[in-house]
Amino acid sequence: MENNILVKLNNVGFQQNQKWLVKGVSLKVEKGKIVTLIGPNGSGKSTTAKIALGLFKNIEGQVEKFTNNIGYVPQKISIDWTLPLRVRDFMLLTDNLTEDVIDEALSLTGVTNLKDKSLGNLSGGEFQRVLLARAISKKPDLLVLDEPVQGVDFTGEIALYELIKEISEKLNCGILLISHDLHTVMSATDHVVCLNGHVCCSGSPKEVAKNSEYKALFGEQAAQTLSIYEHKHDHVHTSDGDIKKN
Amino acid sequence: MFDDFFIRALVAGIGIAFVAGPLGCFVVWRRLSYFGDTLAHSALLGVTIAYSLEFNIAVSIFLISSAIALILIQLQKKTNLPSDALLGLLAHSSLAVGLVVIGFLTFIRFDIMGLLFGDILAVNKKDLVTIWVGGALILLVLRLIWKPLFASTVNYELAQAEGLNPDRAKAIFTILLAAIIAISIKLVGVLLITGMLIIPTAMARNLSDNPQKMVIFAIIGGLLSVFIGLFSSLEFNTPSGPSIIAAALVLFIFSLLKVKQTIQLKN
Repeated sequence: MENNILVKLNNVGFQQNQKWLVKGVSLKVEKGKIVTLIGPNGSGKSTTAKIALGLFKNIEGQVEKFTNNIGYVPQKISIDWTLPLRVRDFMLLTDNLTEDVIDEALSLTGVTNLKDKSLGNLSGGEFQRVLLARAISKKPDLLVLDEPVQGVDFTGEIALYELIKEISEKLNCGILLISHDLHTVMSATDHVVCLNGHVCCSGSPKEVAKNSEYKALFGEQAAQTLSIYEHKHDHVHTSDGDIKKN
Repeated sequence: MFDDFFIRALVAGIGIAFVAGPLGCFVVWRRLSYFGDTLAHSALLGVTIAYSLEFNIAVSIFLISSAIALILIQLQKKTNLPSDALLGLLAHSSLAVGLVVIGFLTFIRFDIMGLLFGDILAVNKKDLVTIWVGGALILLVLRLIWKPLFASTVNYELAQAEGLNPDRAKAIFTILLAAIIAISIKLVGVLLITGMLIIPTAMARNLSDNPQKMVIFAIIGGLLSVFIGLFSSLEFNTPSGPSIIAAALVLFIFSLLKVKQTIQLKN
């Protein structure tokens, strides 16, 4: 249904220094759905996410955004030492949140104890959890997560992906996810877009895994990961955005 | 009460310190100290234009500084020169042109030392109104753009992606910088205004672990610098600007002791 669409990219492209970073990308993110971008390094995943967020000015094609309530976890973020910033200050960066809301978000990602710590003193994994907490704390309609679990330990990684899935269901928000982690991607995603400068293939995880271009990019083994994790799906998303348990 | 030149200088300094603290924090956070310098240097040109056209000095400085900021943005877009080279180009050429124009205006007597380094005797009652009304306006506008400006200082893309308007905030902040330079030139002088913005802030950084604290300490540092600086200026008959900045430097050096302590605690 049209009114469930949060953001829609129609044949978009972006070039920098006379080189196309991505071209001819079309995708849409709907309420309650997780769309995952996969692809090798330099395939334009982050660029596509930034196009969806409206961060570039001279793009080809059209981006239609139907919400302004967005939570973003960028791939890279460096906090300058000249700026003293505690986790709690960072949580309030783009929105005015109550203490309760901050606490709740921090506890969801398991970092309540870091609230008064300086952002510069966090480890990579801790920082990533704070980034995710900040993005979800404002209860966004659309979450754009660019490799949200990088540097997080293995068990934490699984828990955070579970959390992302849970959030998409609980808040009924759409998620545009970028991930290298094919296992989790294939189990938690509604729609996969495989990028390599252009859209190689897209569809349900199952369809993509069967695609020959996907196999060529990620190898036979990657295709097989799907069969192991597929059984984890315990619900289906109906076309009107509802969730039906199997 | 305002008939005494020293009281006037003090009241002016207090007003400037309140504005310089928060603005200075953003100058340091956004790495704009050289940019601030460039705007300040161009202020001299503003003064000469004000004199030659018999125009309000603060307004003239404000307009010239804003114009220089706009020119800088255009040059950044249209040339391949790095920003620091462009800043140097604008800073020194506007200072030079300002001084050349002074050379031509032989019919007016300029106190060049006063323009460059501030003059405690120069602050009149009208200046006090300019400083306090202008300062209040600057703080009000800064309060309004605080969220997008601060968010984009931490991370531009995050602020932009989540619907704040960082470009507008940045443009407005540039105007605020031009404005504080315009109101503080008489007391601190062209060459030292940026010091007033960044030295108390640098001191504050050493003492704070969060942005609010840093702003408050920067204001306190600025106030103390004004008090100590102006009293010693009166006592030792030194120019007001350098005295205030030297006092700020002393405070900064004291704040280093605190840094040393924290580092020792960490180890």
